[in-house]
Amino acid sequence: MCLGIPGRIVAIVDEDAMLATVDVSGVRRAVDVVCVATPGRPLADLVGAWVLVHVGFAMSLIDEEEAAATLRVLAEIGEAEAELEAIRTGSVELPSPPVIPAAT
Amino acid sequence: MRFVDEFRDPALARVVIREIETIAARMERGRERPFAVMEVCGGHTHAIFRYGLEGLLPDIIEFVHGPGCPVCVLPMGRVDDCVSIAERPEVIFATFGDAIRVPGSRKSLLTAKAEGADIRTVYSPLDALALACRNPDREVVFFGLGFETTMPSTALTIRRAAREGVGNFSIFCNHITIIPTLRALLETQDLGIDGFIGPGHVSMVIGTEPYRFIAEEFGKPMVVSGFEPLDLLQSLLMVLRQLESGVAKIENQYARVVPDTGNRAAMEAVAEVYEPRETFEWRGLGSIAHSGVRLRERYARFDAERRFAVPEISVGDPASCRCGEVLTGKLKPWGCPMFGTACTPETPLGALMVSSEGSCAAYYQYGGVRQPQFEGAA
Ligand code: SF4
Repeated sequence: MCLGIPGRIVAIVDEDAMLATVDVSGVRRAVDVVCVATPGRPLADLVGAWVLVHVGFAMSLIDEEEAAATLRVLAEIGEAEAELEAIRTGSVELPSPPVIPAAT
Repeated sequence: MRFVDEFRDPALARVVIREIETIAARMERGRERPFAVMEVCGGHTHAIFRYGLEGLLPDIIEFVHGPGCPVCVLPMGRVDDCVSIAERPEVIFATFGDAIRVPGSRKSLLTAKAEGADIRTVYSPLDALALACRNPDREVVFFGLGFETTMPSTALTIRRAAREGVGNFSIFCNHITIIPTLRALLETQDLGIDGFIGPGHVSMVIGTEPYRFIAEEFGKPMVVSGFEPLDLLQSLLMVLRQLESGVAKIENQYARVVPDTGNRAAMEAVAEVYEPRETFEWRGLGSIAHSGVRLRERYARFDAERRFAVPEISVGDPASCRCGEVLTGKLKPWGCPMFGTACTPETPLGALMVSSEGSCAAYYQYGGVRQPQFEGAA
């Protein structure tokens, strides 16, 4: 019940009733968009936006930049890990410095 | 699917797990009991089991499944009230699918339906409102259930019904709020929880600010998390990093959906339609002050509790049930003597065995993989 699902607003059904059609993986239904609408702006602005849909209500605009940022953090964990792995497995012992015979 | 597949990448998951293992290995030294991280939300519990995350983690880390499954904490007396409303001949009773099999003291909604009550499963409260418009000679009652995630949806549906002048629609309100519940939990004696994975979709409504007391008063880290496997792993890693460096703060892993300020429109609708109850009873946890809401006087005509006389008899849980201890993370499901014997998903004794978000059902369905080796740790 706490789960929601990302969908994309594809059309406005009724501006006054604040209803829009949302496409969730090919399934379409009318969804209440009060919680994601900007007061004073036409609903048409929302067409194309990704929203989190929960029991028939668009509850949040999905922030694409934040999604990318989260994925970037994840990827960086991976990079650091790869770096460490390279250090662990790929390090080549530096040759010992040549022994210079002490000057006599 | 967009914003889903990216967070299910197995290669990335492996990397995060390795990072978790590295931290865990550092933190393990001198530690006598596992690090217990509670995921508060039932949706997280479901995801953890569905993706088998527990089995992928080092033994020193343990998920404790919290009370965040609204179906699971509904007391038997409320289910009985539901059934009594649903059995009225003039009523069409509309409910989310999760709630239909929860046992009351006499019967579940499912049994009532089999016996002839007009009970319909709907996806959205808007569908219940549509039923009311299509059946003007019947009374449509929607079973309003859930934390702040679903609260705005019922509030907005009531507002819509008021605006459209729908007279045959009402809500049986069992909504509960997360903050008093978390506080009650944190005030529990000897709560062995080291940190929290915070509920993602409750937070998209209320924001992250209301959780501050968890860090400031109780010194526990919390990371608000998304629901995909990588979200949960990353959040766990963030909790561990806080624990390792000895800080406690509220972090937001799920910023793509959760603005720190929450959702204004949703909160306004909730505040307009609902008011706190003095107290609300929870299955297994007892009464928690101000943890439930009811409809304000202004919306009284949409309140099923006012429109229909409900018995309101409080019914204790069966003595053999250990649901309360399981809900607070003190006991693992298999520690309950009823688990898998008298209590199964087909014949549930407690609601934790009913909902797909309940930990008993999850352990039962997914085989409680780590049971033997972890028996002593619960
Ligand atoms: S096994 Fe059944 S009775 Fe025991 S705690 Fe779980 S739901 Fe409750």
